[in-house]
Amino acid sequence: MVTTGERPIRVLIAKPGLDGHDRGAKVVARALRDAGMEVIYTGIRQTPQMIAEAALQEDVQVVGLSILSGAHLELFPRVVEELKKRGVDDVLLFAGGIIPQEDVPAVRAIGFQGVFGPGTDTHDIIEFVKQRAPRRA
Amino acid sequence: MDADQLIAGVTSGDRRALARALTHVEADDATGRRVLAALYPRTGRAQTVGVTGSAGAGKSTLVGAIAREERTRGRTVGIIAVDPSSPFSHGAILGDRIRMQDLTADGGVFMRSMASRGNLGGLSESAGGAIDMLDAAGFDVVLVETVGAGQDEVEVANAAGTTVLVANPGAGDDVQSMKAGLMEVAQVMVVNKADLAGADTAVAHLRALLAIAGLGTWEPPILKTVARTGEGVSELVDAIDRHQHHIHHSEHAAEERRLLAQRQVVSLARAALHREALVTAEASGLLAGLVNEVAARHRDPRSAAEALREAIRRAWAAGG
Repeated sequence: MVTTGERPIRVLIAKPGLDGHDRGAKVVARALRDAGMEVIYTGIRQTPQMIAEAALQEDVQVVGLSILSGAHLELFPRVVEELKKRGVDDVLLFAGGIIPQEDVPAVRAIGFQGVFGPGTDTHDIIEFVKQRAPRRA
Repeated sequence: MDADQLIAGVTSGDRRALARALTHVEADDATGRRVLAALYPRTGRAQTVGVTGSAGAGKSTLVGAIAREERTRGRTVGIIAVDPSSPFSHGAILGDRIRMQDLTADGGVFMRSMASRGNLGGLSESAGGAIDMLDAAGFDVVLVETVGAGQDEVEVANAAGTTVLVANPGAGDDVQSMKAGLMEVAQVMVVNKADLAGADTAVAHLRALLAIAGLGTWEPPILKTVARTGEGVSELVDAIDRHQHHIHHSEHAAEERRLLAQRQVVSLARAALHREALVTAEASGLLAGLVNEVAARHRDPRSAAEALREAIRRAWAAGG
């Protein structure tokens, strides 16, 4: 295959906490793949440490977290803290799942540039990632 | 981080530097090549082990089980898991971490997922470089999981010292179809999911096929495992150890090392030549015309390929 300079964007899609299903996360993972990205998917019930460690080892440019349980204001800051602890300071963060409107400013303030609720058009997520993913070297 | 910082980071055990270095190696860019070249003298200490077999054979689960067994033996483990890229979007979903979740929390394990990025041999083109990088970083064992492989995905044998072939019970035809390519490059054979009916038949199949394959100085053992429960995995790691001893410390070690080096150089040169030839072919402007002639049945594909080869040779002789 003739390869040109264009390198796929690498994205980690992860589910922190105790959610039992991951339909939404998988829909987003597939949409990003179909847009030409390489999506690392780690499954359900991830601790903040596991998510940060996977982001480090995979050297992803983007981390997307999906959460349904309502624990976002507890778990998201811990993921950010674990990323910082490992020196992973150059990833684009976005969130999806069930996040009440009144919590969105708080989630953004932690560092999540995008917050996508139920019914989001996956094209909006793709555009968001394409425009804001930091370049790697 | 520039190349010098990456080199210093990888050698001092900085995991973030290692992760970033792997990104450069995967991109095959100038930084990646420089780091690899500088670190290559540090390689050769790790056991490098490829795990291949058809899709659904249980490769990821087995790689996870091997890694856990190696950890109980006090060894650190680097893992590279390759999944296929979509030929249409070039995107990929890399899901091998799902079966190795517990290993993420283990500081003695480093795992990297790679997409095949259009390469057809069961690995990505840069997997060999990624193995070298983990070796140089000081991991005792480097495990490489290929994409689901059929007959010809034998590239893993060019990249790893020991190749483990994973088959399943009740897959007699599957085992038959493997004999052409994979059988000949595997040094350890495993019938995984051995708690299912037909495990002994599968072992017998493999043994019969081995009997007709041309063996070198090593006779591949055939083992049964249940990766999900860890059954048989300790024996598998023993077998890998025995083969590693064979290639590194037995009287055959020098010859085995030379053969592996030859496979690596030839395989990388072939990939590079292939890429360069395609670029030259496109630049010659002949390709599209030849393709149209063949499509219209005005010309046969073999003579078209010959004409293209001639054009490439002329262009290269002229220094293009």
